[in-house]
Amino acid sequence: MSFYAVFWREMVTLKRTFFKFFASRLVSPLLYLIAFGWGLGRGIKMDGGNYMEYVVPGIIALSAMSTSFNAVGTSLNISRLYNKTLEEYLIAPVTTQAFVLGKALSGVARGLIASLIILGLAFIFGAHLILNGWFFLVIILTCFLFSTLGIIAAMTINSHEDMGNFNTFIILPMSFLCGTFFSPNQLPDTVAFFIEILPLTHASLCLREIARNGNILPISLGVLVVYTLALYAGAVLVMQRVRD
Amino acid sequence: MVIQINKLTKKYGDLTAVDNLDLHIQKKEVFALLGPNGAGKTTTIRMLTMLTIPTGGKALINAQDVTSNKVKKEIGVVPQHMNLDLELTAWENLELHGRLHRMPRDKLKARINELLTFVEINSRAFELVSNFSGGMKRRLMIARALMHYPSILFLDEPTTGLDPQTRRKIWDLIRRLNATGLTVLLTTHYIEEAQILCHRVGIMDKGRLIALGTPQELMKKVGEVVVEFFGGTGTSYKFFASRQQALEYVSHFRGDFLIREVSLEDVFVEITGRKVGD
Ligand SMILES: Nc1ncnc2c1ncn2[C@@H]1O[C@H](COP(=O)(O)OP(=O)(O)O)[C@@H](O)[C@H]1O
Ligand SMILES: [Mg+2]
Repeated sequence: MSFYAVFWREMVTLKRTFFKFFASRLVSPLLYLIAFGWGLGRGIKMDGGNYMEYVVPGIIALSAMSTSFNAVGTSLNISRLYNKTLEEYLIAPVTTQAFVLGKALSGVARGLIASLIILGLAFIFGAHLILNGWFFLVIILTCFLFSTLGIIAAMTINSHEDMGNFNTFIILPMSFLCGTFFSPNQLPDTVAFFIEILPLTHASLCLREIARNGNILPISLGVLVVYTLALYAGAVLVMQRVRD
Repeated sequence: MVIQINKLTKKYGDLTAVDNLDLHIQKKEVFALLGPNGAGKTTTIRMLTMLTIPTGGKALINAQDVTSNKVKKEIGVVPQHMNLDLELTAWENLELHGRLHRMPRDKLKARINELLTFVEINSRAFELVSNFSGGMKRRLMIARALMHYPSILFLDEPTTGLDPQTRRKIWDLIRRLNATGLTVLLTTHYIEEAQILCHRVGIMDKGRLIALGTPQELMKKVGEVVVEFFGGTGTSYKFFASRQQALEYVSHFRGDFLIREVSLEDVFVEITGRKVGD
């Protein structure tokens, strides 16, 4: 399948810059863990457990989101607007579906690595989490859906600067508000309602429930699946309209 | 006929980039689209290679509409701008192309080696492309376009911005490719390039084809050598059929003058009665 060619290219460059990628994915979770897990969170009990164990699934969710969104979105935006390397894929006999799939899977690969780094850090910090297949399924869905969101953003936003703005105004607020560091129930009702529509909220809730009890939240999982399918379809659509 | 273009048109808002273009290109022909910047050469190539959707008209490649996916296997494309993947090595750029065309593994390796040798960058196969000179990049782009054994090669200004020596290298590559049976459609604004390389030339201006013929036919319309001299009223031009005649003409000149080969600009001036860019 030709999606693999697209994915292969991303893995070649990931391997080449692995150390840099690894180091860059280490810094912000480490700071979050120190600030919110150790510093602010010491002694705080959240739903009967310690705050470190509460916050780690949230950090994984937000890191999966920002890693996959940026890895796919930024590079595709540059490839379309500046390098023009996107043309190489457009003149090749590769279907739009295969292209989107290959790109999204590369975002999943990077997001999974970022998540594993956080799990490693959490282990060092002494957090106890239950990890099972559901846990990784939720991470994969989260990465996949934010990768495809990255594709949609990259294909519709016409400057590198505005890609940055999308990050500042959409991705960054989500990473703090979507059940990552505290429960959305603590927010005013209307805000909480809005927050609960967002996919990252369900990723955080799901990961937290699995990490604590090993159980999947079926509705949240369903929400993630629906977002994944809808954003994949959306990404295919915007890719098909790339030719002017 | 390999390429049949009928009334092909592309509009960007009010601007007509390509205007009712009719053109037929034969198998094994090297054809040049010649024209100043903005003439519509790139837009034409982009429509033929499915990067841009025509506003009107039709183009067939090997009797199939260019919007059909089957055409993609028949064509190789070297765009005007550098669009190699700078994060990959030369080898990986070619491998990616081969993989996108689903070439089998063993064939892929052999083809990469063959093409890297052909364009003389085999010694730097495993270096990142970002370290390459302009000429090497252009040669690698040609190799990449050839990976999947296309029967038609599109080259958009393959030698613009290259030094004369590198330009000759590229010409040599194109000639050798054509000798193996490849049909070549290239664009250029150097008439000597068209003259040396091409069987036929089409001159484009403002989206239209304004002249079509062999280089000899087109050159004959103005002459082969031009004398530029600088008088009180600005630069004047006089055309001659041979350098000998031009030399005779300037033998009694005392002021500054320049003898050079006829350029596209001269042909263009003669055909349209105005200068490029006016
Ligand atoms: N994407 C585009 N949007 C708007 N105008 C365009 C676009 N691409 C090309 N043009 C215009 O179409 C005309 C032909 O351009 P082009 O085909 O690039 O010419 P050439 O390759 O002969 O220099 C120019 O006036 C150019 O500005
Ligand atoms: Mg051009």
